[in-house]
Parts: sequence; C-alpha cells; structure tokens
Amino acid sequence: MSHPPSSPLLELQNISLSFKGVKAITDLSFAVAPGEICALIGPNGAGKSSLLNIINGVYRPQSGLIRFDRVEQRSMRPHAAAELGIARTFQNIALFKGMSVLDNVLTGRNLKRRSSWIEQALRVGRAAGEDDRQRAAAERVIEFLRIQPWRDAIVGRLPYGLQKRVELARALAAEPRLLLLDEPMAGMNAEEKAEMSRFIVEVNREYGTTVVLIEHDIGVVMGISDHVVVLDYGRKIGDGPPGEVRRDPEVIAAYLGTRH
Amino acid sequence: MEFFFEVLIGGLLAGVMYSLVAIGFVLIYKASGVFNFAQGAMVLFAALTFVSLLERGVPFWLAFLITLTTMVALALLIERAVLRPLVNLSPITLFMATLGLSYMIEGFAQALWGAQVHGLELGISDEPLEVGGMLLSQFDLFAAGTAAALVALLALLFNKTRIGLSLRAVADDPLAALAVGIRLQRIWAVVWAVAGFVGLVAGLLWGARLGVQFSLSLVVLKALPVLIIGGFTSIGGAIAGGLIVGAAEKLAEVYLGPFVGGGIENWFPYVLAMLFLLVRPAGLFGERAIERV
Repeated sequence: MSHPPSSPLLELQNISLSFKGVKAITDLSFAVAPGEICALIGPNGAGKSSLLNIINGVYRPQSGLIRFDRVEQRSMRPHAAAELGIARTFQNIALFKGMSVLDNVLTGRNLKRRSSWIEQALRVGRAAGEDDRQRAAAERVIEFLRIQPWRDAIVGRLPYGLQKRVELARALAAEPRLLLLDEPMAGMNAEEKAEMSRFIVEVNREYGTTVVLIEHDIGVVMGISDHVVVLDYGRKIGDGPPGEVRRDPEVIAAYLGTRH
Repeated sequence: MEFFFEVLIGGLLAGVMYSLVAIGFVLIYKASGVFNFAQGAMVLFAALTFVSLLERGVPFWLAFLITLTTMVALALLIERAVLRPLVNLSPITLFMATLGLSYMIEGFAQALWGAQVHGLELGISDEPLEVGGMLLSQFDLFAAGTAAALVALLALLFNKTRIGLSLRAVADDPLAALAVGIRLQRIWAVVWAVAGFVGLVAGLLWGARLGVQFSLSLVVLKALPVLIIGGFTSIGGAIAGGLIVGAAEKLAEVYLGPFVGGGIENWFPYVLAMLFLLVRPAGLFGERAIERV
C-alpha cells in the first residue's frame, strides 16, 4: 500500500444522530483506509443506512466530526460530498426512471462538465467536443458493467437486478474516490450476487476506488471485504478484518447468532 | 371551403396564445411535479409591471428589461421562501402553496400598481391581412412567430445544455439528483425564472389583446384543457394542445354553435379535455407513468 495506514481516506469521530429524540447512532467512530473495501453489517435498524446518509450529507449528525481526505467537518452537504468525490447508490434504487440507461449514467458525469450552459447551448468554446467526451466516458462505464444491450432502454422498464447495476454505473461515472453502496445485492439470486461482487472487486482493484458497502449476506461480506464494521442499535460492536470479526464473541452473540 | 380554412387557421393562431400560457406550466411541472397555480398571477404581474412602467414614460426595451429582472427576482424569492422549506413534501402541499402564492402575487401587484384596467399597445396593427384569399389577423401571426421563437429558445436551453438533463433528473428523483451533485435549488430557481420570462411574453401578448386587468390571471383556466390534451410534461405537447383547443373551439362555434344557440366556444375545450382524460389520461405527449408491480 502506498499510503501509510495512519492516514485514512474517511474517518468518523464520535458521531451521534437522533430523530426527534430517538437515537439512531450513538457515539460512533471508525476509519476507512484508502483503497479498501469496508463492509458495514448489522441487523435491520442498526443505523447502517443512516451512516451512509451522514457520509454523503443527506443527514446532519447532532455531534461528532467527519474527516474526508484530511479535511475535517461537522457535517457534509450532498453537493459538497459529490464534489469531493463521494458517489453512492441507494437501498431502494433511486434512478431516474423515465430516462434511458445512457442518460442516467450521463447524469453521473454532471460535475465533470466544465463548460457553461451558454457555451453548451451554442456548442462553442469548452462545450465543443465536451459532449462527445462525456458520452465516451459514460459508454466506458456501461461497457465495464456489461449493460450495453440496454443502453437505450428506459430504466423504469428494466428488471430489478439490472437497475441495481445501472445505479452502480451512474455512481461510477462520477469517477468517485469513495463509493458508498447501500445493499447493492439486495433481492438478487446467487448468480447475480456473484456477478455484482465481481464488479465491486474489479472497480476496487482497477481504479483503486475505496468502497463502503452495506450487505446482509455474510458469505459475500467475508468474501470481498478487507475490513468489517459491525453495528447494533446504533453502536459499534465490532471493527477489524473479516476473519477477526467473525471470531469476536460479542459480534457472534449479537448478529451471527450464538452457537449452540 | 375557403371559409372553413379561414376559421381553422384563425383558430390555430388563437390556440398559440393558449400554448404560450401552457408552456409556463409545463416547465415547472417538469422540474418539480407541481401544477403551479400561480402561473396566471405571474402572467398578470409581468404584464402589469410592464404596462405601468410604459405609462410612466420608460422606453419599451428598458421596461421589458426591468420587468424581466423583476420576474427573475420573484422566481429567486419564491424558490428561497416557499420551495426550499417545502422540499420533499407531497405535490398537493406544493400545489396549495402555489395557490396561496397566486393570491399573494395578485395582491402585491394590486398594491403596487393599482387595480384599474390598462390598455397595452405593442405597435402591431390588428388589421386583417389577406393571405391566399383568406383574412388572417396580423396580431395572431405575430403571436405565433413569437411563440415559435420562444419554443426554439427553450429547446436550445433544455435539450442542448446539461440544465435539461438535470431538470429531468430533479423531477424524477430529487434525492438521487442531489447525490450526483446536481444543485436542486439552482435548477428550481432557473426553471421558475424561465417560467417568469415565459409569463412575461404571454402577459404582453394577452395584455395587448384583452387589456391588462385582473381577469388576465384567469387565462390559467384556459391553459388547463391545453395541458390535459397535450400532456403536462411536454413543451411540444403544450403547443399541440393549444393548437387543438384553438382550432376545435372556433370550428365548434361556427359549425355546431348554431344548433345549440351559440356560445359553445367557452366550454367546448373542457368537453374535449374530458374526453381526452377518459381515453388518454397522460395527454398526447405526456410521459406515461411506468409501474412495475
């Protein structure tokens, strides 16, 4: 690894979040090293999605600090997060359903455009050629995730598994440094899960993209992640390499089930 | 036969005037899924501001510019004071907000400029023009030309720039739009500003035709059948819907009117809209909802 382990890409410190007095996350801290795949696991309602929402600025925690690339903040803003290079997918697919696959992926390139809208309208200045470059970049992602046959299809009409892949494509189109995946394999069969796992690992290896993902399938989690963080009732109860976490008695009791 | 075409073309040209109003609705509906009831008030406010400036001796183009600036400022204000706090609430909540907004804008316009009727002269003669043996209104031809220019401008803005894609994205899923780095607030502000500009153009033409008065805000009601027929999400649909409504009401008046004692021009478009709702609820060019069960 080129980075010393002492400088994480993302670090959360003493984060607490509550909704109208109901605590969702309590005094939570963890760090994600650059280039790793970090899995967040825990029972439903443990606060995993809330955590992702804090990282990309949808929620603002009541206390704690977020450090991304050594810049410290009390909270993120969705737009600022996108500009820093944080892309994400959602648990209940949030695609632009009325648009084609290609257009969806192109929206992921939104922040890569440098020309003004006047230049774009008249196709002069920086806009000339930019359209083609953005399109080419989108096509590369589409090819990478093997969704070319559906590139012109309206997203709302595609089956669930493919929609999940299109959502990943849109996130990848932004060339993110940190990729947040909220249950990327929910509702998939074993074959689709294996394929999706391969894509995630490939993105991680090929582009060095740091990944934070939420997943319930323990087999998948143990197979692809370098680092596992276990949550239960908004608290962290485990943090370490998958092999270690798997042996942690507290984790076993709370989540994996006690052996009888 | 010549008479038929004269009625038809006269109707089509009159329909363009409806389209102008309908386009303003389409823009905002596309960006936020909200039927902006305040569009009529915006039309009125723009026309009233313009004509009042003109009456105070401000030159035409300067008055146009000042009014345009006012409309953009109004749009920014609406975005900040009304839309931003209501983000993520249901469409009916936003609709009610625009209803309130409508009366606020009307009241404000009245407080600022008074309630009397103003005549507005755009310098286009309303002498009928003879084209191929048919008598056509010069004013209507001018209005049609203006609408065509406006649509071309909007097409350029929304199809060739990333604003167009962002606009559709925001309308489709605001949360996802935020996640890919689209500035929701900016898109809304742009759309409302453009809708204000469209309202200004519509206000000038309608004001010149009917006089600038408070009933101008009721053109909203005439835009409704246009939107139902054309579809709420398509600018092309708003044009087609306007043409259909314009032509249908004039033809109905001339050919069916005598049998029922006349005066059907006023309600015929609504009957047509009802029929469309039964047969094609999304309108001619509207996006049909995709549902997977």
